[in-house]
Amino acid sequence: MSLDRTDVDKIAHLARLQIEEQDAPEYAQNLSNILDLVDQMQAIDTTNVLPMAHPLDAVQRLRSDLVTEENQRELLQSVAPAVENGLFLVPKVIE
Amino acid sequence: MFDKTLAELAAGLKTGQFSSVELTQAYLARIKAEDTKYNSFISVTDDLALEQAAAADSLIAAGDAGTFTGLPIAHKDIFCTQGVRTSCASKMLDNFISPYNATVVDKFNQAGAVTLGKTNMDEFAMGSSNESSFYGPCKNPWNTDCVPGGSSGGSAAAVSAQLTPAATGSDTGGSIRQPAALCGITGLKPTYGRVSRYGMIAFASSLDQGGPMTKTAEDAALMLNVMAGFDKRDSTSADRDVPDYTADLTKPLDGLRIGLPKEFFSGDINADIAAQTQAAIKEFEKLGATVKEVSLPNTALSIPAYYIIAPAEASSNLSRFDGVRYGYRCEDPVDLEDLYKRSRGEGFGPEVKRRILVGAYALSEGFYDAYYNKAQQIRRLIRDDFTKVLSEVDVIMGPTTPHPAFKIGEKSSDPVAMYMEDIFTLSLNLAGLPGMSIPCGTVDGLPTGLQIIGDYFAEQKLLNVAHQFQLATDWHKQSPQGI
Amino acid sequence: MEWEAVIGLEIHAQLATKSKIFSGASTAFGAEPNTQACAVDLALPGTLPAFNEEALRMAVKFGLAVDAEIGRKSVFDRKNYFYPDLPKGYQTSQLFHPIVGIGHIDITLEDGTTKRIGVTRAHLEEDAGKSLHDEFPGMTGIDLNRAGTPLLEIVSEPDMRSAEEAVAYVRKVHSLVTSLGICDGNMSEGSFRCDCNVSVRPKGQEEYGTRTETKNINSFRFIEKAIVGEIERQIDLIEDGGRVIQATRLYDADKNETRSMRSKEEANDYRYFPCPDLLPIVIDDDYIDAIRQTLPELPDARKARFIEEYKLSEYDAMVLSADHNMAAYFEVIAKTAKDAKLAANWVMGELSKLLNQHDIDITNSPVSAEQLGGLLMRIKDDTISGKIAKQVFEVMWSEGGSADEIIESKGLKQVTDSGAIEQIVDEVIANNTPQVEQYVNAEPDKRGKMIGFFMGQVMKASQGKANPGQVQGVLKQKLDALVN
Repeated sequence: MSLDRTDVDKIAHLARLQIEEQDAPEYAQNLSNILDLVDQMQAIDTTNVLPMAHPLDAVQRLRSDLVTEENQRELLQSVAPAVENGLFLVPKVIE
Repeated sequence: MFDKTLAELAAGLKTGQFSSVELTQAYLARIKAEDTKYNSFISVTDDLALEQAAAADSLIAAGDAGTFTGLPIAHKDIFCTQGVRTSCASKMLDNFISPYNATVVDKFNQAGAVTLGKTNMDEFAMGSSNESSFYGPCKNPWNTDCVPGGSSGGSAAAVSAQLTPAATGSDTGGSIRQPAALCGITGLKPTYGRVSRYGMIAFASSLDQGGPMTKTAEDAALMLNVMAGFDKRDSTSADRDVPDYTADLTKPLDGLRIGLPKEFFSGDINADIAAQTQAAIKEFEKLGATVKEVSLPNTALSIPAYYIIAPAEASSNLSRFDGVRYGYRCEDPVDLEDLYKRSRGEGFGPEVKRRILVGAYALSEGFYDAYYNKAQQIRRLIRDDFTKVLSEVDVIMGPTTPHPAFKIGEKSSDPVAMYMEDIFTLSLNLAGLPGMSIPCGTVDGLPTGLQIIGDYFAEQKLLNVAHQFQLATDWHKQSPQGI
Repeated sequence: MEWEAVIGLEIHAQLATKSKIFSGASTAFGAEPNTQACAVDLALPGTLPAFNEEALRMAVKFGLAVDAEIGRKSVFDRKNYFYPDLPKGYQTSQLFHPIVGIGHIDITLEDGTTKRIGVTRAHLEEDAGKSLHDEFPGMTGIDLNRAGTPLLEIVSEPDMRSAEEAVAYVRKVHSLVTSLGICDGNMSEGSFRCDCNVSVRPKGQEEYGTRTETKNINSFRFIEKAIVGEIERQIDLIEDGGRVIQATRLYDADKNETRSMRSKEEANDYRYFPCPDLLPIVIDDDYIDAIRQTLPELPDARKARFIEEYKLSEYDAMVLSADHNMAAYFEVIAKTAKDAKLAANWVMGELSKLLNQHDIDITNSPVSAEQLGGLLMRIKDDTISGKIAKQVFEVMWSEGGSADEIIESKGLKQVTDSGAIEQIVDEVIANNTPQVEQYVNAEPDKRGKMIGFFMGQVMKASQGKANPGQVQGVLKQKLDALVN
């Protein structure tokens, strides 16, 4: 499996990652190598094998519907890069 | 004093040989003096530590002390610690002062522990060498040209260099066991779900598990007594009782059935490491254990399966780092897309970006079945191998790593070569099983580790086996030269 | 060419839990920005979800109400995309194994016919926060109070063929979720929103045309307008030789038109996969049966009961039973006034008129059911006339107060004292001599009509308070006396 520049650009956009021009070929090469490594899996017959998403066969626990959290806006927004009037600010979003 | 175990220090505090403040001050001074050589700490929390130590001394004076009261430890910088920078060794979180405590941190605080600081690691725990840290590589105290392993390299180096008696770590594919092996200390990755993941910054949610990194198995038991337990805030945490992990330490090993997977002794493995592992097994036979060869036929597949599942989960888990609510935000974004792409592009290092890209690719349209789904199927095959073998033996043993610590920079340009170093550790995370690494020898002056694998929630058994070995041998007592 | 529209709907109903689907923060509407967004809602590093049992129970209730398969094992998946109101960078939803499977809903159209609409699925997911675009120049403000509010997304089959059918379906779903008590149904607050998938095809053609999706419409009227407009737009486009492009569109209520959403233009690859922080939700028959026992009366059953118990017409029963809150309101009044027909007329007439005028939901009505019931009692016992009652009702609406208080303070009590009525009648007769003469000289069969004039004069003179029946009697008696 070999990825080229276009593939890297497409995935980088999906993941919202800026990849510098000069680094792109190396990422393409790295990714291709990793995909070669994982392609070993394709040789294995997994017909009728259930995918295993969790290590333990446990089921979801349910939480009681209670309000347990108080307003901590000041504390939680103390680490925010841009806040005004209690709102997080980002560059204008056009819908 | 710095060579003392947690158990010994606890006794010293109890009998008034020294106070927690004295102990803490001594460690803080030692970190200041020595850590320039190793770079094992990202943050040293002097004020917090001394405050906690003073509180501990009052409890001790009042006779209200528990086993852990006043004992200093360090936390891997992946555990959120309120009021303290929690960076995950990333530029992305360099400015992140956590507004809350991880459950593990809360538990240690409640037990009266003293937090000396936050230890270095691979960025977002992605790595086996601690070289991807934004704060620079951590160095192996046995040879500072070598890596300490990773991702919990800082915790391993700090314990090994006696800058802290013990530390927390996290293990997604070997991140506790591999650096423990490479730094000559004891490390335990508990069963998935045994230790709460709440507040432990997620790398791969279905694989991550926190655990102790210590000088001895006995100390690991003391640490796990604090760390383990059900947490309603973590849906994947196991809702079952926590035993006293020190209770079974002294049980004799008569009749212990050890399985040696032939796949752990073949392929690209250092001959001395293989020999030392065999020597350790002989020691267990002397202690009354029986040994048989077993097979985990899908071991080699754990690498491809892991390097799909972990990046896939990581690519999604790390989407929250977007420069909006906390963490790094790029200068003067021109629009929203620019804000996202540059904050993430500049905030994450190359290995993190690589894994996000691999993960996003594996989950993308048209590839999901061939990669992600396939990897989850193989994961089941790997788990079934273990289940079968563990129905025949009590524990599985083998080397923790195929090689001793490598030189800093030696593998950093070849991610795939680096990934191969995880061959013996990854499969446990995929299966969710507990595993330990304990020192069992040295190769060219570098320590090597014996991996002990047990059944689900068999941590007591692992600790018992490791403790008995440490009573009979002194590999765990060896220190790097000059320490 | 004759065209046929094909419409499928996705309805997002906010579940009426106290706390969020994965955190203990409050879901109450209208708080200061970000005061109900806790560490989990903000997706702080290391935080994890814990699933709210009430959201599950509510979803199962809905599934039972639409006769659907309930997922014995349902799984949360992550839908990955970047948007500032989505803190984790993924929405926790259910793609592969939803909690509610295939079901159906019967709708009644205006001509009285019913039609069965398929429900494809309904799944649990978390709501996003809100983006405020107009508060800061060049910047968007993000409020995450809504982030993590539980949603049930109800997906229909593309079974509807007109805006009328679509609105009937949405009304029915609204009626169901409010009757079940799983959603407050408040559309202006966004508790109940609708995405409309619309395509057109030549009548008789099997395959579907290219569809567009119009998102987040939050009123019945807008749903109708948006669908009608979109159908017209598509037909015009095709007839002019163009073709419909698959797109996400936004309804602009001010301009009554839909426009393409820029942010959704690019094809999305959501990279769905099972959420590793949550485990499969497994429920058994006992759990489902226990919930079945708690199901309240549903609209269809209620309609039948209204016809039976209150002797309402088919139409009145349908209108009053559809909305759970309106039905409850009606029943209080009907019982207080002991006159179901009168109660129905007032709820569907005066009350609905003012509610619609002011765009107020019946749950927020300034006139409570108790107040209106009290008013109708005074009509029943002849304290006031129906006409005066409307005046009292208007005062009640704008100033509050009970019927008795208003009647008392405004002196609106009906005059039933025959002496007083006679006196007014005498005055009217004395002051309108020409009309009295006309009456006297008229043919007897014309007099009945002419009496209306005198009625009007008497009522006017009494400021509407005289009892009309009594006035009629006295007038007739006195005028006829003059004839003889």
